[in-house]
Amino acid sequence: MHIAEGFLPPVHAAAWAAASAPFVIHGVRALTREVRANPESTLLLGASGAFTFVLSALKIPSVTGSCSHPTGTGLGAILFRPPIMAVLGTITLLFQALLLAHGGLTTLGANVFSLAIVGPWAGFGVYALLRRSGAPLMVAVFLGAFTADLSTYCVTSVQLALAFPDPGSGVVGALAKFGGIFAVTQFPLAISEGLLTVLVMRLLVQSSKGELTRLGVLLQGGAKKEAAVR
Amino acid sequence: MSRNAKINTLLLAIVAALAVLPLALGLGDHKEEPFTGADGEAETAITEIAPDYEPWFAPLYEPPSGEVESALFALQAALGAGVLAYYFGLRRGRRQGEARAAARDGRTATRDGRAADAGAADSAGTADPAGAGA
Repeated sequence: MHIAEGFLPPVHAAAWAAASAPFVIHGVRALTREVRANPESTLLLGASGAFTFVLSALKIPSVTGSCSHPTGTGLGAILFRPPIMAVLGTITLLFQALLLAHGGLTTLGANVFSLAIVGPWAGFGVYALLRRSGAPLMVAVFLGAFTADLSTYCVTSVQLALAFPDPGSGVVGALAKFGGIFAVTQFPLAISEGLLTVLVMRLLVQSSKGELTRLGVLLQGGAKKEAAVR
Repeated sequence: MSRNAKINTLLLAIVAALAVLPLALGLGDHKEEPFTGADGEAETAITEIAPDYEPWFAPLYEPPSGEVESALFALQAALGAGVLAYYFGLRRGRRQGEARAAARDGRTATRDGRAADAGAADSAGTADPAGAGA
């Protein structure tokens, strides 16, 4: 979903950077607060960032005959809330922009907006809604991560369609074109990401019950029941 | 294999199948260059829609070859996987350590209890003759 360096007109690049900046600044504050209040959560924060690092480096073949990669942002959004994920996602995007020429500095704002802001919020929203309506933990985790992944690529398609409307069919025509490249390719990958996130969450339920309870992922005293349900 | 491990393996198997099936079924055969990156395809689409568009900024650093680029991608994945493995390894070690400590505490507690009983009996035994001596 990375929009390549220089591939957004300057006005668009600036607008997306301006839209992303408050979220990232708010995220940095939330992250510092979390680390100060719970120094022991640093380790799990690192693991959540690491999950994004691994998944966004994996280019996987897809049904459209092209390759794309998952985002890995659903897990951190579910564990630590979307503002903190905005920071972890931005770090990953910066690494790729600076060292891999994948994405870019001028397009960082737009890429942060899709991967580190909309994806985590959409994924967390779906997760929280499902949990509140009584869905099993792992179903909510799967659909949350799936949504975080797919929504990221839909936003990228919209961003490109806005910047490059089709001369004949306008923004809608361009959206169909970019959506065909990104969203369709991403569909099976979003399923993969959902499954991998469920896998990691299962390992966390086994290894870090106390931490998950503190973060509100497992209910107080309900950890045993949750573990049995999964 | 425990039920837990079976489910985890199944999850991984589905992910692997989702990645391998497009290759095995030849879903990229209609393309000149099958299985290129979607990001690159988007760039091509942009140049189709807006042939006059010129990227106005170039990356500060670009890996000099495809090999170096894939090395850096592998590095990224390895860093992430390393941190994840460290996390789960540490957790597992801590849990095992706690379990062992709990088991040991349990044993020393009973031994102490017995020792305390024996000590009480001892002192009672020695106190008696002392009392008798007095």
